[in-house]
Amino acid sequence: MSETHADAEPLLAVNGLTKHFTQRGGLFGEQKLVRAVDGLSFDLHEGETLGLVGESGCGKSTLARTLMCLTPATGGSVRYRGAEILTFDSRQMRNLRRDIQVVFQDPYSSLSPRMSVRQIIFEPWEVHPGIVPKQDRERRLKELLEQVGLPAESSGRYPHEFSGGQRQRIGIARALAMNPRVIICDEPVSALDVSVQAQVINLLEDIQKTTGVAYLFIAHDLSVVRHLSDRVAVMYLGKIVEIGPAEEIFSNPTHPYTTALLSAVQSPDPDADRSGRVILYGDVPSPVNPPSGCRFRTRCWMAQSICATQEPVLGPHPDTAGLSACHFAGVKDDRNA
Amino acid sequence: MSDQLFKTVAPLLEVDNLSVEFQTMEGVVRAVTGLSYAVKAGETIAILGESGSGKSVSAEAVLGIIDAPAGRITSGTIRFNGQELLRMSPKERSRINGEHVAMIFQDALAALNPSQTVGDQIGEMFRLHRGMGRREAFMRAIELMDKVRIPAAAQRVHAYPHEFSGGMRQRVMIASAIALDPEVLIADEPTTALDVTVQAQIMELLGELQSEGNMGLVLISHDLGVVADVADRVLVMYAGRAVEQGTLREVYRTPAHPYTAGLINSIPRLDRPSHRLQPIEGTPPSPHTTIAGCPFHPRCPWRIKICTEALPAMEQIGAHGPDRASACHRKNEVLLHV
Repeated sequence: MSETHADAEPLLAVNGLTKHFTQRGGLFGEQKLVRAVDGLSFDLHEGETLGLVGESGCGKSTLARTLMCLTPATGGSVRYRGAEILTFDSRQMRNLRRDIQVVFQDPYSSLSPRMSVRQIIFEPWEVHPGIVPKQDRERRLKELLEQVGLPAESSGRYPHEFSGGQRQRIGIARALAMNPRVIICDEPVSALDVSVQAQVINLLEDIQKTTGVAYLFIAHDLSVVRHLSDRVAVMYLGKIVEIGPAEEIFSNPTHPYTTALLSAVQSPDPDADRSGRVILYGDVPSPVNPPSGCRFRTRCWMAQSICATQEPVLGPHPDTAGLSACHFAGVKDDRNA
Repeated sequence: MSDQLFKTVAPLLEVDNLSVEFQTMEGVVRAVTGLSYAVKAGETIAILGESGSGKSVSAEAVLGIIDAPAGRITSGTIRFNGQELLRMSPKERSRINGEHVAMIFQDALAALNPSQTVGDQIGEMFRLHRGMGRREAFMRAIELMDKVRIPAAAQRVHAYPHEFSGGMRQRVMIASAIALDPEVLIADEPTTALDVTVQAQIMELLGELQSEGNMGLVLISHDLGVVADVADRVLVMYAGRAVEQGTLREVYRTPAHPYTAGLINSIPRLDRPSHRLQPIEGTPPSPHTTIAGCPFHPRCPWRIKICTEALPAMEQIGAHGPDRASACHRKNEVLLHV
């Protein structure tokens, strides 16, 4: 996949994107800077799925909101088909919203309880009448419902009449109604029961196959991310620490944080070897005052003095196709030997 | 611990034919129906199920903390060391809770008192059950915080729950649960709200505490991975009923109920090459509806006529004893198929 991408212009090119929040706090109301997203760069190509994993507070949801321009970026650039979107005016932004859609974790809070499924799907067509001509809308509604696996008669029903999995299907149908080129999926299956999760995962796969839409798939569940992604980016405290082809990241991680994340996943195999597990100690530090040098060093078992003084750059390493931000990327320590 | 050893030890906690109902605006909800299980010292039994399966309610019944008067136990017995808990006075019951049977919850922030220091909350166990003074109880709280590896325990004993991270709060709750060395610990989704790296820390801690105290552990979870990590035996629940039970290996390797097999096939795995997932069709039933026959039949690929008419009983499979059972009309075929 990534070889063919090398020459093609990316659909979405993110460069040095930052989102800092100011937080007032403390007894004297001093301002603190929260570096939620701190210099992210990655590309998203036509028809691919880029998985984005990280623990809570790593900035993955802030990234989604910043890309959707729901919250203004504080620096960097995001280009969609070559055009800088961070400086778009409201008309340009409205057009962009057709191409970039989002599916949220909680379909209940993102669907208006007062609108029927039909109204939910029709609403964006009122804003963008050009997408589906009036006379074709009923037919297109039927098509969309069928595509996401909802019965045709559900179009007159309201969100509360559906189960969580079905509501997520409505959210997906609404996104598809715009014929988007990119769907940002922010934890789309994590609120669903295990037995229903798989249905939605398969649905997302089928949709990509038929429409060629690209996914930025944000999730904390590594098994789900690996299952769906062509490439994967791992985030820690507002930065990407490793990015590369999914199979490579999961079989041969080069950043110790990726190694630890993978190792923490509890295998459903009753006979899995659990002896070589790397267990990280402590919690993720605060993004208000991230550690100097490498942000992961306070929890890293491989940290040396250089890690405290010098910030590792996200760069290539000899044995891998991906990029890694570690002074010792790919160096095997005794624990993994 | 080996299976042989368990067979010779009497169970610590025995739940037999437990049924729990809730009176709601939309009628009676049967949250748990005819549930039976037992746990022995040093053993971990996992109750595996999705939301609404009744797994949490079954634990709340053991602790006597079901929301009354809406919820009530309509049948069954719960015995600890042979003593029937459901016939005890509230005073006797509260002595069992904490002293012998303790519980930890998914949401530590909701379970802890926000206006009390963690030291006071952990120490409370010693003041109430052991008649210790405040200072002595504080000292014991510090020891326990050390035991669950909360750094700088002597200082943090004075902090309030909101000053701790999610993982540390979970440790505080575990410290207060194990304060009086209970014989049985019930853990209801103890790591579900936590990040993966913190999940691993908490499960490791629980495993250590269990083997140190030779506790019986009842782990309630929806996560096949967490269960595989620690369970000796597994009980699978669906729509308020047990549908399958056996050793971890029996249930995971050779499931004898289509629901269990469906769950196993529907999760993406890191340890295998990626392939198309095989989901279970449909959605878990609403607790307000009553389904004739087997409650799983509307979603079951093995469904035949009898499944829509008769409720299958939980019956022994093969010659493995009563602990290996499935509630499926076609259990032997399902078993051979997988």
